Amino acid sequence: MNNKISLILQREYLTRVRKKSFIIMTLLGPLLFAAMMLIPAWIGSMEDEEEKKIAVFDHTGLYIDRIDNTNLMVFDYLDPESEPVLREDFSNSGYFAYLVISDNLLDKPDALRLFSDKQITMEVRQHINGRLRDYLRGEKLRSFEMEGLDEVIAAINQVGVNITTIKLGEDGSERETSSEMAMVVSMIFAFVMYMFVFIYGTQVMRGVMEEKTSRIVEVIVSSVKPFQLMLGKIIGIALVALTQVALWVGLTLLIVSGMKMVFQSDKAETSIQGTELVSEASVEHAASAGGFDFSKVLNMAKSMNPALTLSLFLIYFLGGYLLYASLFAAIGAAIDNETDSQQFMFPITIPIIIALYVAMAAFRNPHSDMVFWFSMFPLTSPIVMMARAPFDVPFWQLGLSIGLLVAGFLLSTWFAGRIYRTGILMYGKKVNYKELWKWFRYSGK
Amino acid sequence: MSFLESQQVVKRYAAHLALDQVSISVPENSIFGLLGPNGAGKTTLIRIINQITGPDEGQILLKGHPLAPEDIARIGYLPEERGLYKKMKVGEQALYLARLKGMSRPAALKRLKYWFEKFEIQPWWDKKVEELSKGMQQKVQFIVTILHEPELLIFDEPFSGFDPINANLLKEEILELKKKGSTIIFSTHNMSSVEELCDHITLVNNGKAILSGPVPEVRQQFSQNLIELEFSGSLDALEGRLSDHYKIETRQSLQERHKLLIRMPQDAAPNALLAALSPAEHLHAYHEVLPGMNEVFITVVNQNKTSR
Repeated sequence: MNNKISLILQREYLTRVRKKSFIIMTLLGPLLFAAMMLIPAWIGSMEDEEEKKIAVFDHTGLYIDRIDNTNLMVFDYLDPESEPVLREDFSNSGYFAYLVISDNLLDKPDALRLFSDKQITMEVRQHINGRLRDYLRGEKLRSFEMEGLDEVIAAINQVGVNITTIKLGEDGSERETSSEMAMVVSMIFAFVMYMFVFIYGTQVMRGVMEEKTSRIVEVIVSSVKPFQLMLGKIIGIALVALTQVALWVGLTLLIVSGMKMVFQSDKAETSIQGTELVSEASVEHAASAGGFDFSKVLNMAKSMNPALTLSLFLIYFLGGYLLYASLFAAIGAAIDNETDSQQFMFPITIPIIIALYVAMAAFRNPHSDMVFWFSMFPLTSPIVMMARAPFDVPFWQLGLSIGLLVAGFLLSTWFAGRIYRTGILMYGKKVNYKELWKWFRYSGK
Repeated sequence: MSFLESQQVVKRYAAHLALDQVSISVPENSIFGLLGPNGAGKTTLIRIINQITGPDEGQILLKGHPLAPEDIARIGYLPEERGLYKKMKVGEQALYLARLKGMSRPAALKRLKYWFEKFEIQPWWDKKVEELSKGMQQKVQFIVTILHEPELLIFDEPFSGFDPINANLLKEEILELKKKGSTIIFSTHNMSSVEELCDHITLVNNGKAILSGPVPEVRQQFSQNLIELEFSGSLDALEGRLSDHYKIETRQSLQERHKLLIRMPQDAAPNALLAALSPAEHLHAYHEVLPGMNEVFITVVNQNKTSR
């Protein structure tokens, strides 16, 4: 009995793992992931190499030398009358951009324009904005004519705020969290789950269809029960999926850490680590803090309890996959060619898509009623609950959701098994829902 | 005792009755023909014997015991709708299918080697199935069916897809298997191969077993009381003597040699005709003409159609 399932499982696993497409995807995947992480950092470092010269035409004369140079930005204060000359031959002037200040900025804060024939980077804009704002604030304060004002301004400019969010445990214990980090992780989880259920579910469907159209299925079911064949296939492909994930994670870590070492020997700056998290919030954070503390990111990752999160991922992946894979297997058994699959794929696709939309809502408010219910319903819970996972879901909710998921996949496997058993031996028949229902109700042994 | 028996097997699908109280009895070490038009229920019965599906009523006995799940290792089944994994290598696939039947890896390898050499397909061991011709794929399937040396073999339309040379090879192998002691169920439309191979038949139509028995008896049962008489001498003289009692259906003459097909009255003894011969007629051949299985098949199915 079980020996036969394991034979089937081995075949399903080995034939897939040995396929060229599997090997290529497995090798290419981490390269893509690594590229996604490292290219922004690389581009950032490329731009940083270049010193940018920026011309300033100050028609008011109030702001000469008020924007100080950095090691990457040099400001030249030119005669305002020469602006048309520069404008005419800008591309050969050697300037990255030019700034026109046409009026007193205290009265008219928008009397400030930055021209360039290139995309103006965020660093440049933020630098100009920040310097002028600091100066104007100082001017404003100075107008009150207080004593020791310069020291006050210097002191004020050093004041900054950097929020650290702390999650209170039920027992009052504290853990540092990062909501940006949680959002990114939650997004990744939901998408990976969605992709996996679809990719590997479709593989199950194709596998069943292959057996049916090549007519080997009757040879096999004379040796094993149809249900064993279905289970062997589903489990075999699940192992393929897990192998792929494990290889992806392992290889990605290897590549990223390898490349990081190369980068770090190049530059002492920690700019790569700053772009490790590609979220807009973190860019600003990095810009204002002048770099991102990688150890802090690690600490935050630890605060999300990686062991629990990882095991949740595995549980929901397996549960969600098993639930959908058996339905995909039933579809594969019902149809004769892939073009017929559309009408049956549709009702399966809908809950997955809905789950993805709800997951997007979960990034913003992981504990709303709607998100809660969808994270309980087995057809949507794998995606929605994984989107919630980084935001500390109460244990009773996890337990309930997993329990329902297990019940869900047992039910769907039973349901699919009955359709599968009849479907694989029906050749050349156009199948509709009524027919499927008949197969399901037909209670032969 | 019968090797395999089905007892009043009933199988209902949603709309129709696929098998209606079908009983068959397959004697041990015989070749049993399961005949019938398309859609008669043959494949359903075969699937029940293979435990692919179960009967709604009745039961199947193998050597007097109800079928058990372990019995599938004692049966080899070559389905009518058959195929192989196209992308899988031939040897690997044969090994896989053999192991699914419960054979150990070394035993399966050893026997596969023997059969691949016998059928001259050894060089294709490492080729993918899709690179093989249809005939070669059929050989692989045949090998896989018989590899575990089952006591009962079931062939559903085994000759479809074989060229005459390979069909003959297959025929010989089937007879060889019988000689070695296997019991064989053979489902086909090809009636000449039934006459050649089968010892017993059951004819199924519309889910009912309507005719069973040993092949010679079945043919006898449909005898039209025809006698073929071949002689040299005067045709007119003999015809004059016969026409009172017997009906002459056809006559063929080649110079002095004549061949007559004579229909006897229902109750007449076959050798009554001999008495009508005189010494002037030189007898060459005298034998009863039995209908072929093809005729029996068509007659019975048509009768069955009109009687319903």
